[in-house]
Amino acid sequence: MIRIKSKDLLPDFKFSPAVDQVGIEERTARFQTRSIKSETKVVGLKKVLNMIDLTTLEGKDTPGKVKQMCYKAQHLHDSIPDLPSTAAVCVYPSMVSLAKAELIGSGVKVASVSTAFPSGQAPMEVKIGDTKFAVDQGADEIDMVISRGRFHTGDYNFVFDEIAAIKEACGKARLKVILETGELGTLDKVRRASDIAMYAGADFIKTSTGKISVAATMPVTLVMLEAIKDYYYKTGIMIGMKPAGGISKAKLALHYLVMVRETLGDAWLTNEWFRFGASSLANDVLMQLVKQETGAYQSADYFSID
Amino acid sequence: MAKKKQIEVDLNSGWAYAPAPESKGHIKIKPQYNQFIGGKFVKPSNGKYFDTINPANSEKLSSIALGNAKDVDKAVRAARKAYSEVWSKLSGKERGKYIFRIARLIQERAREFSVIESLDGGKTIRESRDVDVPLAANHFFYYAGWADKLEYAFPNKRPTSLGVAGQIIPWNFPLLMAAWKIAPALAAGNTVVLKPAETTSLTALKLAELIKDSGLPDGVVNIVTGFGDTGAAIVNHPDVNKVAFTGSTGVGKIIQRAIAGTNKKCTLELGGKAANIIFEDASINQAVEGIVNGIYFNQGHVCCAGSRLFVQESVYEEVIRKLKDRMNTLIVGDPMDKNTDIGAINSKEQLDIINKYIKIGQQEGAEFYQPACKLPQKGNWCPPTLFTNVSQSSRITQEEIFGPVLAVQTFRTVDEVIAKANNTPYGLSAGIWTDKGAKIFNMTTKMRAGVVWANTYNKFDPTSPFGGYKESGFGREGGLHGLSAYLNLN
Repeated sequence: MIRIKSKDLLPDFKFSPAVDQVGIEERTARFQTRSIKSETKVVGLKKVLNMIDLTTLEGKDTPGKVKQMCYKAQHLHDSIPDLPSTAAVCVYPSMVSLAKAELIGSGVKVASVSTAFPSGQAPMEVKIGDTKFAVDQGADEIDMVISRGRFHTGDYNFVFDEIAAIKEACGKARLKVILETGELGTLDKVRRASDIAMYAGADFIKTSTGKISVAATMPVTLVMLEAIKDYYYKTGIMIGMKPAGGISKAKLALHYLVMVRETLGDAWLTNEWFRFGASSLANDVLMQLVKQETGAYQSADYFSID
Repeated sequence: MAKKKQIEVDLNSGWAYAPAPESKGHIKIKPQYNQFIGGKFVKPSNGKYFDTINPANSEKLSSIALGNAKDVDKAVRAARKAYSEVWSKLSGKERGKYIFRIARLIQERAREFSVIESLDGGKTIRESRDVDVPLAANHFFYYAGWADKLEYAFPNKRPTSLGVAGQIIPWNFPLLMAAWKIAPALAAGNTVVLKPAETTSLTALKLAELIKDSGLPDGVVNIVTGFGDTGAAIVNHPDVNKVAFTGSTGVGKIIQRAIAGTNKKCTLELGGKAANIIFEDASINQAVEGIVNGIYFNQGHVCCAGSRLFVQESVYEEVIRKLKDRMNTLIVGDPMDKNTDIGAINSKEQLDIINKYIKIGQQEGAEFYQPACKLPQKGNWCPPTLFTNVSQSSRITQEEIFGPVLAVQTFRTVDEVIAKANNTPYGLSAGIWTDKGAKIFNMTTKMRAGVVWANTYNKFDPTSPFGGYKESGFGREGGLHGLSAYLNLN
């Protein structure tokens, strides 16, 4: 007879904890009433810069574009001394080796999307191949998408097994699992998908591909942060969080930090555990930092777009 | 086996918020305030004044007229005169115009009112700015709309006004309670003599200035200031037709005795010891937020505060752990700082009462918890407080504390928690947290409480009636029910 201890069993994901949407929205509104001033603001803005995964994920990406972005990741605005670099650049697998070469010695990580990003509608072998290719090219981090179609049909085992297989293919690379919350429909499903991803081996859970209209929102992110906290309490394992898409203003980014601080605590306020997936956020943060220093807002033309 | 490392999150250090004080430069507080009688600010007949104190630093803000029975008599005469000569003769449409004007003026001067409310009462600027003042304006807006529609509000009745309403309000929501009382009274066609609580007279007197600016006919609203005996003079005045009181159950009983045998109408909104009930199928994270809003909102100075927490035993540990986490993120301190979650206790007297109950709780053997927080040197402060392992028979579960002190009990079945929740002389409000709709409806029919919130707590709206069962009082404020309390319906 096989004896299985109940503590070793996976939870039944159909019974992920319920989420109350009204309550979540109220709580996120409350985070936005926090007033972030002076030194707190400067420290916070620099943290934000250091948490950005500077991203280009377009069909028209070229080595030229990626090279420029890699330079920007290391030199955000050289006229301000002591600025951090971004956490990572995020590119398609075909650009990984180039980005890796450009970023040598900088400490900026290379993240690659994979698993037939953004739709994830490809056979498992293709997805594993896609992932292995990116890792072989030198990717430090893999951003995969879950199979939302299978998730909606209730095939949670498939979604779980797929994440676990990709995790295996990642080797030493850290795995970020994109839930594409804009396609999940309810916060209860966001919670369920978060639980599946964490138990299947995600190092990070991530909201969105940035390819559909509703990307990261504070309510969705809060649900995921709460899932991370519950998982941490249960296992002692920290999981990272990455809201992606739709965060382009410094003020909003600071409110995300407030939300992380008051939900998971200061330990998560580093780029090891929290990232912003964003392409235009950096410049708004830079503009705010310059304003803190000089007292005046500068024209957007003073900040490089790439 | 080696002792397992406790897994916890640190919510209290690292990136901390710099002070974000609301500016006070734009407000004016006069060194002395007189009473508002017959459209004029008049000195108290005995020439005496008392101090009003900022509870956050114990500094004097201003002197307030100490009204006595003579002043009250003057105010009631002014109200009677305004009633019979002007206000009762105006059409509902004209009355409505004045009330709308008051509502708009409150909105225009919202910042000023918020700042003074926080200075005088100790509540956080976040709450006075986001809750008290906008809600006060909304009450005037709402009742302004009813003023010319009374026949439609009560079909087949002939609604007529009562006359002079004597109104006595508490210190926990000074401006908001004034709005709850004045707006329906005026809409129904009555005139008013109102007394604010002695520790928080300022916004009522500022409201008097605003009412004067609005051009409301003299004597329609009169405001007298002072202590309990001033209030007693209003209750006992023979020419008052209606008494409306919000405050303690003790005083409510005195008032009822005093008006027994008269034909004064009466509504009382008194104390509470509300049950906030968390079922195992609730959204626990949001329920924790609701517990915090239920008991720590306005320093727990809320008659409908969810001061008795009932947690189903299967989720007890999770709830308490998360509640303690959340308590660690609460910022206690300067009410004028926009980031403060819990402000100053309204008065030294109230702080003494709260501390007395905290001592009782500890003596009763309950487990005591307060998060580590730095409190300012001066002023009246009480950190958010949690008592677990309390019994139904503990004094801290039976008596109203009116402070940020939560008593937690566990339960096993629905029947058990209903019985325990109703086992109190109070019955003002209750909270229920479950993901199951059927459970909510079952519970709401069985809770003997005037307001039952489901999956939320401390939500107020002018359209929604508010009031209690049993020793929490009678009569309703807000909505049509609140309007009918100021009308004869024949």
